[in-house]
Amino acid sequence: MKFGVLQFPGSCDEADAQLAAGRVGEAVLLWHRDRDLAGCDAIIVPGGFSYGDYLRAGAIARFSPMMEEVIAFARDGGLVLGICNGFQVLCEAGLLPGALLQNTNRRFTSRQVHLEVVSPDTPFTRACAPGELLSVPAKHGSGRYYAPDDQLDAMEAAGQIVVRYAPGECFNGSARDIAGVCNEAGNVFGLMPHPEHAVDALTGSTDGLRIFESMALAAGGAHV
Amino acid sequence: MSDAALPTVEEAVALGLTRDEYALVCTKLDRPPNQVELAMFSLLWSEHCAYKHSKKLLMTLPTEGPFVVMGPGENAGAVDVGNGLACAFKVESHNHPSAVEPFQGAATGVGGILRDIFAIGARPIAVLDSLRFGNPLTSERSRFLLDGAVSGIGHYGNSMGVPTVGGEVYFEEPYEQNCLVNAMALGLGETEKLVRSAAAGVGNVLVLYGASTGRDGIGGASVLASAELGELSEDKRPTVQVGDPFEESKLLECSLELLERGLIVALQDLGAAGLTSSASEMASKGEVGIDIDVATVPLREADMEPFEIMVSESQERMLCVVEPGKLAEVIALTDKWEVHGTAIGSVTDTGHMRIFRGEELVGDMSVAALVDDCPLYDLSPAAPTQQLYPAPAAVLGEDADAQEALLTLLASPNIASRRPLFEQYDSIVQSRTVRRPEEADAAVLQLPGGGGLGVSIDGNGRKVAADPYWGTIAVVLECASNLACVGAEPLGTTNNLNFGNPEKPHIAWQLTEAVRGLGAACRALDAPIVGGNVSLYNEGASGPIYPTPVIGMVGRLPDVERAGRLGFAQEGDAIALVGPFRPALPASELARLRGEALPDGLPELDILAVRSAQEAVRDAVREGLLSSAHDIAEGGLLVAVAESALAGSIGATVELGDADDAWTALFGEAPGGFVVSGHPAAIAQLAERVELDIIGAVGGERLHAQAAGAAVDVALADLREAHGALAQLFA
Repeated sequence: MKFGVLQFPGSCDEADAQLAAGRVGEAVLLWHRDRDLAGCDAIIVPGGFSYGDYLRAGAIARFSPMMEEVIAFARDGGLVLGICNGFQVLCEAGLLPGALLQNTNRRFTSRQVHLEVVSPDTPFTRACAPGELLSVPAKHGSGRYYAPDDQLDAMEAAGQIVVRYAPGECFNGSARDIAGVCNEAGNVFGLMPHPEHAVDALTGSTDGLRIFESMALAAGGAHV
Repeated sequence: MSDAALPTVEEAVALGLTRDEYALVCTKLDRPPNQVELAMFSLLWSEHCAYKHSKKLLMTLPTEGPFVVMGPGENAGAVDVGNGLACAFKVESHNHPSAVEPFQGAATGVGGILRDIFAIGARPIAVLDSLRFGNPLTSERSRFLLDGAVSGIGHYGNSMGVPTVGGEVYFEEPYEQNCLVNAMALGLGETEKLVRSAAAGVGNVLVLYGASTGRDGIGGASVLASAELGELSEDKRPTVQVGDPFEESKLLECSLELLERGLIVALQDLGAAGLTSSASEMASKGEVGIDIDVATVPLREADMEPFEIMVSESQERMLCVVEPGKLAEVIALTDKWEVHGTAIGSVTDTGHMRIFRGEELVGDMSVAALVDDCPLYDLSPAAPTQQLYPAPAAVLGEDADAQEALLTLLASPNIASRRPLFEQYDSIVQSRTVRRPEEADAAVLQLPGGGGLGVSIDGNGRKVAADPYWGTIAVVLECASNLACVGAEPLGTTNNLNFGNPEKPHIAWQLTEAVRGLGAACRALDAPIVGGNVSLYNEGASGPIYPTPVIGMVGRLPDVERAGRLGFAQEGDAIALVGPFRPALPASELARLRGEALPDGLPELDILAVRSAQEAVRDAVREGLLSSAHDIAEGGLLVAVAESALAGSIGATVELGDADDAWTALFGEAPGGFVVSGHPAAIAQLAERVELDIIGAVGGERLHAQAAGAAVDVALADLREAHGALAQLFA
């Protein structure tokens, strides 16, 4: 199992994602200007402030040469995980439905939250039980998930709402407390909270490992 | 050089030089300075750059110790943390810019201190901040400054991917006009690879990379940082720089890659006084000369004058020295990171800073005159004959009982939970943070190869105002106590001395006594000063700030799995008061709430006895004996117990049997006291090592306390509501 973690100028959490993925497989960094996915089985678009969030979070990164390759990889069914800024990039790239708006409190907010696993059938959550609560930190200024109501209804029916904030814990004003969604095919998943920051009890929690373990299971090269 | 329109002595005075200093510049040059030279001298001879009122004092501080890798004088100090690694750290102020424009002032303060860290080749791993404002409950201005400064710190640190892991904030009337924004950063690097800033190698090339140069921040160091703030500080807004953390993030990665690949000889960030300061400091340390051609500097505005280019404080720029053979590789790497490097000059053997515009020589002065020959002034300290600071307004009535006092203390902006602030900071990026804010008295970061760092930042202007010597000692001791509570042993100290106008005798006295206390405490703790900063002239029409030395301390702990926590954890644990704790109410938070004036002096104390209590607590934490450890600070013993109960979400019962003055016992403050909890057998073991009283037990969902007639019985939920008082400021 080989993970590729994208690195844009302004990325912040790429080393953390590499460390986390490295617990279940091999993980390498992929430079935004390159076009070689280096034979990776799964791609992680990490958190941070790619291109300084200029224009709009994720709006510039999605045009990078490496993202063109990632878009093609995703269209071919490859596993792509977007975390925080990575989620924003995937929405901007049209790989995921909806958009991320500024938090309703209009502040960058950093808080440990519980995520409820709504869809345990995706390649990103298959190591989780239905309704399982994962303790994972969230930290962002623009994490309010938005999509039109009829689209949200369709996504719910199709099982595309993968994780929600536990009742009372959604601080950003997301529609229907949505924390993460996948595409119709189920091979692209984005979420605002940071599973890569919940892989070690020493630094807070190990619940986030489930996401990486699920991906390894899905890719068939599991070390778990 | 053209002599056309030489600036007058009046212009020199307007730039911050005295008439005598101007005359001395003329002597050094053997002629009057032209505009470029005057601009450069006025900045390098400012208090901010030359420390001309504080250098003699600072030279009395202890700077050597077994762990010191790099001491004062470099961009940052560094201590050995084992496994071939060094921790670089430093605290700096951005007070005056923040008082004028808090968001950008605070943001660029963080940007500046981060550049200091990676300029010596260390990757920044943490930021802490120390903030002071006026009363936020009554002052709209203070709420505005607080909100802006916190957002600005978060904006910069978060965007850089450097966690903000700790800090402190206090609210007192003397900071109403002149807020304080101090930022501390830590970095990690291989000891052998840390670089110094001395330019070397005649014929080597100076490469400037990062942002282009504009008119922002011109005169920041001299006009803004080295004079008192006037009533109309809006006029000075153009002297505040605007930060761009995205640019700095690229600058950081590029700088570290340049060093990693061995492409550069020396590195220096551009901070106060811009190119002027960084180039002449590199030349001075390398004992060489430097030629700069301002026509090659990439500009934001086409028509900038040479002097403007030399003194611009545009942010996010770095200067490095490169061997000619490696220039192409350096430029290619700066292109990779989109921080386009430009060769702007060269190292010479002239011993002079020579500024060219193309072929034309527009400035020529000896490096020694610029950097070393600024006159140093002796202070004329004199203890004030009357109280400098008015008594605060009373908010707690004389007839209040102990329970009301406790709840009022917990809700005081100086004690209430800092959650609404630190929730705006990313405290976990880089995957090192073992103890986050409000989990322990100090932040704890794990190190590669085992072990970890404890880090704390502290200040207490009110205590220092009451007694600059003992007050400063108390601040240093509190820092070390915080480290002890997580199991860390101090390795080194950094400090930022925030004071009023040192040309006034009573301020000079505060500064002199505080530095004497700082030296005494650091010597007694074997925690030498490895770097720091001085911020003077923090006063306006309403008077000086409280004298506020801010102390940052870094320590090492062998096993992060056992890093201490502040919250009670286990029903039935014994609670003990540990250490040579001699509480007193004067200058305490309770005294402030009661509207009492500052006392004239604080009680003396036995620093070594406090140190040995710290060592006992530290060892107990390291051995895993304790469930919790928390030092007693603002609000005294009962507030410390309440904080431990809140942090652990579990109640406590405490009884102070024979206290002859219940209020002093419950709410009095002094260095050297700890509230710890643990299995009764473990507490008994600790009692063999250090002065200790078992005062109660952990359990239930209420806090009960009793002392000579004063009684408290309150539900945790009510304590939590009081402690959450700051949330309303950020609603």
